[in-house]
Amino acid sequence: MNNITIALAGNPNSGKTSIFNMLTGARQQVANYPGVTVEKKQGRCKYAGCAISIVDLPGTYSLTAYSSEELVARNFIIHENIDVVVDIVDASNIERNLYLTTQLMELNVPLVLALNMSDVAEQKGLHFDIDQFARLLRAAVVPTIGNKGKGKTQLLDAIIQTAKRPKAGTGLRINYGPEIEHHLMQIERILSDAEPQLTKEYDSRWLAVKLLENDSDIIGKVRNKAVTEAVLASREHLRKIFRDEPEIVMADRRYGFISGACQETVKTTVESRHDRSDMIDAVVINRILGMPIFLGLMYVVFQATFAVGAYPMGWLEHLFGWAARTITSAWPHESLLWLQSLLVEGVIGGVGGVVVFLPNILLLFLAIAILEDSGYMARAAFIMDRIMHKIGLHGKSFIPMLIGFGCSVPAIMATRILENRRNRLTTIMVIPLMSCGAKLTIYALFIPAFFTESWRPLILWVIYLIGIGIAVIVARLLRVTLFRGETIPFVMELPPYRMPTLKAVLIHTWQRGWMYLRKAGTIILAISIILWAAANYPKPDADLLKGMTAEQAHQQELIHSTIGRIGKAIEPVMKPLGFDWKIGTALIGAAAAKEVFVSQLGIVYAAGSADERSQSLREKLQENYSALTAFCVMLFCLIGTPCVATLAITRQETGRWRWVVLQFVGLTVLAYIVTFVVYSIGTLI
Amino acid sequence: METQQLRPLTNVEPGETVTLARVDAGHGLNSRLAAMGLLPNVKLTVISNPNHGPFVVSVKDSRMMLGRGMAQKIMVL
Repeated sequence: MNNITIALAGNPNSGKTSIFNMLTGARQQVANYPGVTVEKKQGRCKYAGCAISIVDLPGTYSLTAYSSEELVARNFIIHENIDVVVDIVDASNIERNLYLTTQLMELNVPLVLALNMSDVAEQKGLHFDIDQFARLLRAAVVPTIGNKGKGKTQLLDAIIQTAKRPKAGTGLRINYGPEIEHHLMQIERILSDAEPQLTKEYDSRWLAVKLLENDSDIIGKVRNKAVTEAVLASREHLRKIFRDEPEIVMADRRYGFISGACQETVKTTVESRHDRSDMIDAVVINRILGMPIFLGLMYVVFQATFAVGAYPMGWLEHLFGWAARTITSAWPHESLLWLQSLLVEGVIGGVGGVVVFLPNILLLFLAIAILEDSGYMARAAFIMDRIMHKIGLHGKSFIPMLIGFGCSVPAIMATRILENRRNRLTTIMVIPLMSCGAKLTIYALFIPAFFTESWRPLILWVIYLIGIGIAVIVARLLRVTLFRGETIPFVMELPPYRMPTLKAVLIHTWQRGWMYLRKAGTIILAISIILWAAANYPKPDADLLKGMTAEQAHQQELIHSTIGRIGKAIEPVMKPLGFDWKIGTALIGAAAAKEVFVSQLGIVYAAGSADERSQSLREKLQENYSALTAFCVMLFCLIGTPCVATLAITRQETGRWRWVVLQFVGLTVLAYIVTFVVYSIGTLI
Repeated sequence: METQQLRPLTNVEPGETVTLARVDAGHGLNSRLAAMGLLPNVKLTVISNPNHGPFVVSVKDSRMMLGRGMAQKIMVL
């Protein structure tokens, strides 16, 4: 055998990622499982003449149908052709971790156990009889220390040996006791008659176990009424005997098996456990200190992402500016000017627009990797949970939303820290409502033009607050409509604090950066080129432009272009908001990036090269618009039309266009309604 | 008779060790909690029980954080 496929399974915080990093190095790919917002990590390695491809399954506590992560992991193990499942078990928290092992055993797959963090377990005074352990579980057991790279060759040897054996599971069964076993056998018997298709696809005992546990996914697959009725009757009967739900009794029996196995193989000499972590937690999640510490750390993350990131961002902008100038000046005079424009404005502008975010993304994910690997992220969720829970979100949602004030693109990528799909989608939908840095350029143009010095900070503050307020309302609405479901009751493990390793942090950071460039980059570039064409074509007659200044010519060209025409065409629609065709045109141009709004408005008003400090543009705006219109423009830009980068990243992260459409249409319609109401009330007053 | 001594986890002081009796929650959640080690007859030690906000308990070899609503549904002896 030369090609081996293995899957890594394990609890969250079991050090699964460190084992994955140890086996694959930096050769990893991150994608989503088709159709679900669950991350799929793949990698490969070569060992002893074998090419091993490795899939890192989502970290789970069991394999029920309760969460999409568990379902994904379970279906992957059942349906993909996997040679070996490597179960990563935290040796220092052995009983709880072995629960997943019992579920893997029930799936009857070839299994190798990595007894990870064996050094931590040793410090805690736990000693394992590895041979006895392997005999009891009927699987190879290898002690590893993932973050130090120890146990790699032993683990690979065990994997290859297990893969070479004729494909069979451990053959080990949990004994659920005479009553349950009796009913399992009964159900198995009925299944083999009534559901031949299902029993071909799945192990029949496993099916019976899942049915008795009332597993919604498997129950949904059963067509035959005789089976459903038998299961109902069995469940009812067992409930009477045990005075508890059968699935709880079965979980209890699994733990019984585990503690039996542990008694024979694990010796405890010391009784010290979470001492150091408890001491840190006494300060970090302290009632009074917890919040200030959290806010302080968030400030550091935000500053690192955007303030430190501003330097490399500036260098990249210079680099692209230099490239654009070089091409323009070296261009053979008067020939193929359209190609020059495409290269400079479309390609360099488009690629530049993507690449300038890279420093932000790398720095943000560096910070997030450190927070996660150290164990602090779980504490952050703990601290923010009370507030976030009120709007139906998870404590962890706070972090991506905060990042949204800098830029939606890294913020949406940061929602990967949320395990729950509905939570994650809700957060992604409302992130564009956080006023990002690019929207600030619009506020910075309009606010000084229309409001006196003393009012300016207040107006800016109000705009930001409106965004947050609407985000809260939209999140609540989404949680009771589209993303309804049991508000995930808050249960979460507080992992012990650990020192993050440089390798793990760097791999994580690099992965995110590369993923961003590859996936989002292609979409953003394509749309940038389309928008470039729309802003430049069709061209007006050359005769028309004769005798005009460069600015006037530029203005004429934009009015004549597709964007200008659309701007004019939608004027009747924009009228109720107090917007004329000039604002409409700028809004359409700003689809590429919000800061483009300012320069587009500059072109429409032929105000020369405009930026947010442009005095001449401000004067023209004052002549043409009222303070109310200015406020409405800001409001519309705040709520509606997320930029293409945001849409592209939403597509990438959710895996579905439908969420992109919902985000774009939903927010734009909302912006229209809110702006309309504000404008109508404003004109009445 | 046992039922008289049952009380929700929220009424347990920090430092106290209690035995889980049952969880008054839906089917799916019950299994999930069981997988995380929160099932009947398990010993729990309350680490922190603030007036507001989540709750920390020690169960088996791990620290679990529970929302208050959740903790209210967990009946202990």
